[in-house]
Amino acid sequence: MSGTILKVRDLHVAYGRVEVVHGVSLEMTQGALITVIGANGAGKTTLLNAIVGLLPASGTVELAGEAMTARPLESRVRAGLSLVPERRELFADMSVEDNLLLGGFRRPARERGESLDDIFARFPRLHERRAQLAGTLSGGERQMLAMGRALMARPKLLMLDEPSLGLAPLIVRDVFHILTELRAAGVSILLVEQNARAALQIADYAYVMELGEITAQGRPDEIARDQRLIESYLGFGRNEY
Amino acid sequence: MLNLSRAFHQPALVQPDGCQKRLSGSERRGQATVDSTIFLFLLQDGIINGAVYALAAIALVLIFAVTRVIFVPQGEFVAFTALTIAALENGKLPPTVWLLLALGCLAALSEIAQYRAEMTLKRLARIAAFDIVLPLIFIAIATVVAPMKLGEAVYILLAVVLIIPMGPMIYRIAFEPIAHSSVLVLLMVAFGVHFSLTGLGLVFFGPEGIGTAALSSQSFSLGALVITGQSVAVVATTVIFLALFALFFGRSLLGKALRACSSNRIGARLVGIPTSIAGQVSFGIAAFMGAISGVLVGPLMTVYYDSGFLIGLKAFVAAILGGLLSYPLAVVASLAVGFAEALFSFWASAFKEVLVFALIVPVLLWRSFTSPEGHD
Ligand SMILES: Nc1ncnc2c1ncn2[C@@H]1O[C@H](COP(=O)(O)OP(=O)(O)OP(=O)(O)O)[C@@H](O)[C@H]1O
Ligand SMILES: [Mg+2]
Repeated sequence: MSGTILKVRDLHVAYGRVEVVHGVSLEMTQGALITVIGANGAGKTTLLNAIVGLLPASGTVELAGEAMTARPLESRVRAGLSLVPERRELFADMSVEDNLLLGGFRRPARERGESLDDIFARFPRLHERRAQLAGTLSGGERQMLAMGRALMARPKLLMLDEPSLGLAPLIVRDVFHILTELRAAGVSILLVEQNARAALQIADYAYVMELGEITAQGRPDEIARDQRLIESYLGFGRNEY
Repeated sequence: MLNLSRAFHQPALVQPDGCQKRLSGSERRGQATVDSTIFLFLLQDGIINGAVYALAAIALVLIFAVTRVIFVPQGEFVAFTALTIAALENGKLPPTVWLLLALGCLAALSEIAQYRAEMTLKRLARIAAFDIVLPLIFIAIATVVAPMKLGEAVYILLAVVLIIPMGPMIYRIAFEPIAHSSVLVLLMVAFGVHFSLTGLGLVFFGPEGIGTAALSSQSFSLGALVITGQSVAVVATTVIFLALFALFFGRSLLGKALRACSSNRIGARLVGIPTSIAGQVSFGIAAFMGAISGVLVGPLMTVYYDSGFLIGLKAFVAAILGGLLSYPLAVVASLAVGFAEALFSFWASAFKEVLVFALIVPVLLWRSFTSPEGHD
């Protein structure tokens, strides 16, 4: 582990005149798996979309010491930011393989084939279905494809927005297992989750977001022990997983 | 400029005088019904027309898929190409070069105005190179080459090369600044672009109509049917370009990236496909397809500065018939439009344009009933 991979300072994001993220700051070291947890509507998706450049924001975003703030989305992707969005946003009428290849659109051509082999080795299911149209995949397979497509960019930082959303518990376990594997392989990961228990189990560090602000942060075991957070926001017990 | 082979085998493509000439022939034979020979004639005409419309129609489908613009002015590329070739055949400097320079200046101004906040030196240099220096180089080349009369292949090449950059320029001038507007707004702007281009066409090319030399002066007969080399060239070229088109979108990463933009815009942006470049590339391809159509129709009809409109509109009809979504459907619909046009010009030549455009009404009705959500 070395250096800071992501530094967000005082980020404000608004939809029109309604501000929903109020001055969020966070920082993560290279190779870490950080999670941001919080209830519905806390502003987690908004935060990630602003970091990647889908939404305009004020404040600063730095990736590995490089300022991202003034850059458009395409250039942030080229610099090494990858987002697996909440709604996957796959190319439904194109094959699994084409979806993956396009994930490597910004990479040199000779590297793309190699990355594709890596992804197929990590997700054998995608290899079996390489010729199938993305729109016909099951929910779990779509999540795998969305992750695979993001990894094809060989990102410096992989951000995932609720990868467990809408998946059966068994598949959620697969997804989280893959995240730990990726982390072991040295990928820096920013994981946004409502499934707080699962996220806290695999994270190195956690932020709690409430109503557009970071209200707590710390080691996952500390967060998991905080009685106030457990009762009011994390919904342990309510969240059957 | 008319040569004999052109005067005799002029299909119904757009130009009323051509088909009337041929029609008066069939009227002299005193037939109002379609017998099998006439049917074959009409079929041949229909296929030739349809082949040209198909090139324009898939360009429209492409542009719509990538940018949501219904690009009515596609026909202008066709007309301007034919006029450029005609000028070169006469050993004159094609006015196209000035048009290109004018569009380049406008595109440069438009981009600088739109991105003045984030303008870098590198970007300025690229604008200058593409919008100003490139047209100037073309002017120099054309000035040298035009009086030398180097032959048809050179004229065609030069014309195509002059037309292609106009696609991305038009996109940057008119559509990129309003890329997120509704389809209706984009359509209205497309009409605005059409009128502006026709106006510029009149200024630069003048009001005279002109035809270009046939691609092939050979012909052979197949039963009662005389098949001209020109018509074979038209159909063969179209088939080749449709195949290239399919190959490009099915195989190349750039082609797939363009498809991705129309499949899921957010997804495309998230993998780093720059949507502005995608728009420019699709307009460039459209200009290229339009230029190819221009090469093909130049020998078939007398082309005026505003001849593109009817070609564009018929391609529009075909693209709409194909639902603005499917390339194969657009090709089939183009052939149908071409054949219907040939048939209508035989039965009721005065009304043929009206009847062709009337084809669109049942389709629009059907679509408005089958998709009640009616998202823009
Ligand atoms: N496009 C939008 N326009 C206006 N308001 C929006 C928009 N998208 C989200 N919001 C609002 O912003 C707030 C934060 O939404 P966001 O989607 O970021 O929450 P979240 O933490 O990701 O929630 P969830 O866990 O349900 O995904 C919510 O109050 C939401 O209603
Ligand atoms: Mg969310």
